[in-house]
Amino acid sequence: MTAALPFLAAGWVLLIALYGLVTSRNLIHAIGCLAVAQSSTYLMLLGVGYRRGATAPVYGDLEPGSRPVVDPVVQALTLTDIVVGATVTALLLALTIQLRKRHGTVDPQALTALKG
Amino acid sequence: MKDRTRLALLAGAAAVIAGFYAAACPRLPGFGTPHHPYGDRAVAAALAHHTANVVSSINFDLRALDTLGEESILFVTVLASTLLLRLARDERKATPRTERALPTTRLFGTVLLPVALVVGVYVIAHGQLTPGGGFQGGVILATALHLAYLAADYRVLERVRPLAALDVTDALGAVSFTALGLVGLAAGGAFLENVLPFGAFNQITSGGMVPLFNAAVGVEVGSGLIVLLAHFLDQAVEIHEDDETPEDEA
Repeated sequence: MTAALPFLAAGWVLLIALYGLVTSRNLIHAIGCLAVAQSSTYLMLLGVGYRRGATAPVYGDLEPGSRPVVDPVVQALTLTDIVVGATVTALLLALTIQLRKRHGTVDPQALTALKG
Repeated sequence: MKDRTRLALLAGAAAVIAGFYAAACPRLPGFGTPHHPYGDRAVAAALAHHTANVVSSINFDLRALDTLGEESILFVTVLASTLLLRLARDERKATPRTERALPTTRLFGTVLLPVALVVGVYVIAHGQLTPGGGFQGGVILATALHLAYLAADYRVLERVRPLAALDVTDALGAVSFTALGLVGLAAGGAFLENVLPFGAFNQITSGGMVPLFNAAVGVEVGSGLIVLLAHFLDQAVEIHEDDETPEDEA
């Protein structure tokens, strides 16, 4: 069970973020929660790629083959994840600004009626 | 929906997710296991292409097509945010006020702005050798410019930030990634194939196309982020609502 602990931690972060998303009364706060939910995937990916006693997969000052390195594939995936996450956050914040201008509120529960 | 119903629904869904996830976790490869078949193959492929930073090699050589999609997402987001945050009919632009920064803050910004710009370029240029690359270096470049806002005021930032040129640079950065991909096709290989000579290992010219892709992404991320932040800052600093016609926009 202790071997699965890092993955369970990632799951816990995801559930915490979902709780925040559902109970949020402010869209800015909700976007923050979404970012936390996404960071659970970073935790998951880096947990999968970890290798005991290994170092970073960069051979700038490391003799190839002298030491084991952690899995670079999941690190690259995490990098992609971070970039996409940042852009999604930016887009959602832009939408929230428009919403605030049109409806005068950032409380998702106050948004009941459709408006052009 | 009432708050209580919402929480009850979440509790149910969370229990299901937590149950299945917890059941799946022990069947994953163990934490810290020495067995990483994909990682080992990626390291071998990166070393074969003389790229010291394996993560860069994966992003700009082995999985370059994914990175093309990723930087397209970035480009489209900048485009969409520009569209969403443009000046509405009932808004007007006001000249931002001149602010006074503390002399120490001003000194800090003046000294650090060029240093931060050089660090950004360094991180992009050494992306194939040391941790870093186009995405990280581009972000450093973009944030470096905003030291002008911190250390002086918004007017100074607007002077050091040629928005119209950066809009074009952003698009050119995005296009040049595809153009570099077509080089592989023209050289008789495949789209996005690394066809340039790989160079001597651990030298700045190593990695073939990787430094070029890094530069293209660095330019795009740097200019894209500045444009993105410019629109958000405009909303806060420059754009004001006209008070006369609050309902006209619908």
